[in-house]
Amino acid sequence: MSGRWRLAAGGNDLDRSRPIRFEFDGRAYQGLQGDTLAAALLANGVHLVGRSFKYHRPRGIVAAGPEDPNALVTVRRDAARTTPNLNAGQVELYEGLVASSQNRWPSLRFDVGRVNDLLSRFIPSGFYYKTFMWPRTAWHRLYEPRIRAAAGLGMAPAEADPDCYAQRYGHCDVLIVGAGPAGIAAALTAARSGARVLLCDEQPQCGGSVRAERAARIEGKPAAEWLRDAMQELAQAREVTVLSRTTAFAYLPHNMVALSERLTDHLAAPPPGKPRERLWQVRARQVILATGAIERPLVFPGNDLPGVMLAGAARSFLHRHGVLPGNRVALLTAHDESYGTALDLKNAGVDIVGLADLRPRASGALVEAARRAGVPIRAATTAIGTRGNLRISAVGLSALDADGSVSGAPEWVDCDALLVSGGYTPSVHLHSQARGKLRWDGAAQSFVPAAAGQPCRSIGACSGLTGAALAEVFSQAAAAACAALEACGIAARPASFTTSDDMTSGGSWLGALPLPGAMRGGKAFVDWQNDVTAADLALAVREGFRSIEHIKRYTTTGMATDQGKTSNLNALAIAAQQLGRPIPEVGLTTFRMPYLPVGFGGLAGYARGELFAPLRKTPMYDWAAARGAVFEPVAMWQRARYFPQSGEDMHQAVARECQCVRRTCGLFDASTLGKIEVAGPDAVEFMNRMYVNSWNSLQVGRCRYGILLRDDGFVYDDGVVARIAADRLHVTTTTGGAPRVLGMMEDYLQTEWPDLKVWLTSTTEQWAVIAVQGPQARAVLEDLVGQADISAAALPHMAMTRGLVCGVPAMIFRVSFTGELGYEINVPADYGAEVWNAVWQAGQAHGMCAYGTETMHVLRAEKGYIIVGQDTDGTMTPDDAGLGWAVGKSKSEFIGMVSLRKPALRDPDRKQLVGLLTADPRHVLEEGSQIAATPGQRPPMRLVGHVTSSYYSPVLGRSIALAVVSGGRARHGQTLYVPTPRGETAVTVTQPVFYDPKGERLNA
Amino acid sequence: MLVIPCPYCGPRPELEFSYGGQAHVLRPAAATNPDPAGWNAFQYERANTRGLHAERWRHVHGCARFFNVIRDTTTDEVLRSYRSGEK
Amino acid sequence: MPEAIATRIPPPRASGLGWRTLDPQSCWSLRVELAAAAGPMATAGLPLALAACRAATRGEWAALWLGPDEQLLVGMNSSHAQFEPRLAGALAGIAHALVDVSHRQAAIEIAGPDATRLLALGCPLDLHLSQAPVGLCTRTVFAKAEVVLWRQEADRFQLQAWRSFLPYVTGLLALGSQELAPQA
Repeated sequence: MSGRWRLAAGGNDLDRSRPIRFEFDGRAYQGLQGDTLAAALLANGVHLVGRSFKYHRPRGIVAAGPEDPNALVTVRRDAARTTPNLNAGQVELYEGLVASSQNRWPSLRFDVGRVNDLLSRFIPSGFYYKTFMWPRTAWHRLYEPRIRAAAGLGMAPAEADPDCYAQRYGHCDVLIVGAGPAGIAAALTAARSGARVLLCDEQPQCGGSVRAERAARIEGKPAAEWLRDAMQELAQAREVTVLSRTTAFAYLPHNMVALSERLTDHLAAPPPGKPRERLWQVRARQVILATGAIERPLVFPGNDLPGVMLAGAARSFLHRHGVLPGNRVALLTAHDESYGTALDLKNAGVDIVGLADLRPRASGALVEAARRAGVPIRAATTAIGTRGNLRISAVGLSALDADGSVSGAPEWVDCDALLVSGGYTPSVHLHSQARGKLRWDGAAQSFVPAAAGQPCRSIGACSGLTGAALAEVFSQAAAAACAALEACGIAARPASFTTSDDMTSGGSWLGALPLPGAMRGGKAFVDWQNDVTAADLALAVREGFRSIEHIKRYTTTGMATDQGKTSNLNALAIAAQQLGRPIPEVGLTTFRMPYLPVGFGGLAGYARGELFAPLRKTPMYDWAAARGAVFEPVAMWQRARYFPQSGEDMHQAVARECQCVRRTCGLFDASTLGKIEVAGPDAVEFMNRMYVNSWNSLQVGRCRYGILLRDDGFVYDDGVVARIAADRLHVTTTTGGAPRVLGMMEDYLQTEWPDLKVWLTSTTEQWAVIAVQGPQARAVLEDLVGQADISAAALPHMAMTRGLVCGVPAMIFRVSFTGELGYEINVPADYGAEVWNAVWQAGQAHGMCAYGTETMHVLRAEKGYIIVGQDTDGTMTPDDAGLGWAVGKSKSEFIGMVSLRKPALRDPDRKQLVGLLTADPRHVLEEGSQIAATPGQRPPMRLVGHVTSSYYSPVLGRSIALAVVSGGRARHGQTLYVPTPRGETAVTVTQPVFYDPKGERLNA
Repeated sequence: MLVIPCPYCGPRPELEFSYGGQAHVLRPAAATNPDPAGWNAFQYERANTRGLHAERWRHVHGCARFFNVIRDTTTDEVLRSYRSGEK
Repeated sequence: MPEAIATRIPPPRASGLGWRTLDPQSCWSLRVELAAAAGPMATAGLPLALAACRAATRGEWAALWLGPDEQLLVGMNSSHAQFEPRLAGALAGIAHALVDVSHRQAAIEIAGPDATRLLALGCPLDLHLSQAPVGLCTRTVFAKAEVVLWRQEADRFQLQAWRSFLPYVTGLLALGSQELAPQA
């Protein structure tokens, strides 16, 4: 396309000495440093940047900022660094930038999907809901994937994101969102009063509308100079932080605002290792919103052709980038500011072919100035259509009759760009996210902020001051800053700002433009991004939708990446008109966060890979890792699961480890078990009230298996408890239960029994726990232990003593989770690795192996020891689990005691823990398998229980299983049936203890 | 993320706290042999308040104390906080 | 009997721009009614912290207020033997729980002009001097780890974490100091 698109001089954002090469859809172009991709494309005469979502219509750049519904592009640095759905008006140009359009095939200029447009009368609103209903299952498998492939946005990269992302918490007295004139004036006022200020703006450079100012003088200086000085003053203020390229996207409770700061996307070569984005979570005592306003498009047939652009956008491109939207430009407006835009373009040498104003008359300084300059003005004129293929070539203008209708024939005016304006919509998104109320301003024809939901204030255009004189904006901003400071208890130093330009503007048009009766039905787009037309909205109302929220969902208006920034008010006006109700009565849809799309990388921040969450390792982790242990995650811990020797799979390794522990001995890292020291004069009384057991009789130096219930009577945790001194108990918990058991204990201690003199301290990580289990355990340890007698007589099963192990002060517990003679040696954690290694060395002469959690599981299952959370599920009483013996019979209080009296919890038909032996000893049941009492049932089957633990027991040479079965203890000897994918398996119900039922090995 | 005024440590970010459910739910002592209805009420019945709600929080990653908060469930505004056992 | 083990292996050392792991310290968790213990402890030359979220220090001794009845006692330079008998003496006759947690946690020092910015990547507290004066100490969080934060000077902090959380904390600090480092 030939023409002159870039002026030889001017452009507030540009560095004209730095030309930049870039690529769009495979074609090379040139732009300038300071251009956005949108500006650079326009400077090359390119308006066509995408195809529409549903009809694949050609679409152009509509806006200069992030509100643009059309100009979504994919920017590619490499296969992994490919970002779809970026807004061309937000993409900053850098040397070598590669961008492409989306949703077109095979090419942007020729897209076969355009056939949808020709078939469009068969694709009305709700089409997908109406058509693809049957059969129901086909929606997921067939219809939805096809529809998504045909209609869509960009493609996410398939590779992992190689970039890193940062996060930071921020705190300030005043957070100011938006660094336009209002925001900067508020920031200066707050900064001069010594407040802690954070000012952010989504643009690369602060200034907002000041950057597109022509003539105004502020504080006696040209606007650009004032802006430079103001930003310098803020940069030098000690307690002020200014963040550009930073979008406030979520306003959360208690004045927390989430900001997304883009750090490297604008750089040709991002510095390696530096984060791409930073997510800020800012807690502000006061927030000032200066987020501006968004210009509304006009709704008329053909209003989506490339070349149709918002008038304010054209003005921004002109002043910030020296870019012309066209060479023969028409305007269609209901707002005075368009006259200024026409004037500026005319002064830049553009042929203004006509300015049509929808209003019967317009007046004011801007209008007069345009008239004087010879802009051809047509009052009371509308557009009934456009012509052009991939770019507008003419607009059909028709005079409006006195009653607002259209009767005469249109006049087609040739043009290569049409600038439109329906007035401005205040950006009340953040105010609304903060649960602020809105008020309908009839004069301004817009919703404006009313009562705030949090300590925040709106100033400038977003407060409703659209088109106001700069002086008014400044005085409002300064007053708001002073009020915010006062609310913070900071003495405000009121600031005032003088301005020369008192130009005001106004005007508004909502809803569809009038059309001649004969031509209703042309495609007049309301929501470009979702291809929603005025007719679609009218259809939704005709089909019975009344709520604006339902109309939105049915038509999809206001959805997707732009969330209806340009379209919501027009959609609402059309719906209101169709419903015959006033706009404020119909109401707005909810403003949801995020205000703009935020990448997953920024939200994830540091929480990736190894730093996704703490990966807890015991002092013996390195030893295990060096010996090739396979680890499994348990809670946040990494635990050694088994230690495969060369060529072994898990089953072989576990079989060897099991046999070894039973024949000689094994070494096991039990450090992750939760440990709580319960200390104080009332320690025993506290344990009496917490655990089901009776603790009075527990002597110092003795251990007991304790069970903790919840108040509903169900097992919550278990573990061995040792009385290590008269007023001190060492309580162990399950690995995963440690934090929640301590929390529960603290809860009862602090809120139920605050009179007890007892305190709880987590010692989980103070101690490394080395379990030595097996017939040779004592022989291994005897040589290593000093100052303690660990003989069978001195230290029987469930006893503990203090002493030295390898010279290190230790607590030695004679306990066993294997059914073998066993010890658990607790040494201070820094000594854990060394003591472990010494025990290992000593054990080699005795045939010791190291074993992991998988072997531990088999060994304990052979003994019928339950694992809370595996063999119990939160609905098991101690009796259900076969642990009724542990419950103190003469106690007056323990947690869960009252519930255990309930008849339902004493029902003999409750599911009870049993053992299961399969008829085929090689058959290992699936854990979780259901159990039937009678064979050959057809679904729905009557089931009496399920398998909780199931293993192959190497020492028994057969499979074993634990299960919970209704009335199970009365069923010992019965045959039950486990349905499996390969058919039904008969099982015999047994005692849950499969190995050494008399416990002789344990007490050896 | 809320700011919760810990009666011991002052206002702190919600991340440091864990929620403890409705406040002032009386737990009948086992020794009093509570009637089943009363025990069930303690166990399972909770208000679903729209408006001012007395609730328990624990400053678990702080002073570790349980305490009570009066919060407006419609606005998240915290009106006050007080120690366990206080009103 | 083999030779006695004298080697302590604390969690792996690490350091970065403005931060480093510290040598093991002696630490005790003391739970006691503050009013009952404050006097005897002060007399013994081991002052407790009386104000909420503040530390009391004296030479190599520090007491960090963590809760109304909870103090984290720190003997810097691992002066375990020096303090243990004095503690026992001062607390004799007072209901309390004193638990040695020296091996439970490890300390990191974060110092320099970027200290607060480095901490702000994971700590949600406002560390502006007006809100977090020198002497502040508190449990809090650093990203997904619980830590004790102690401001020893305007730009010097001690961060204590349970030993298994240390690699996570130092991993984050390493990323953070790389992020804050001036560009090469």
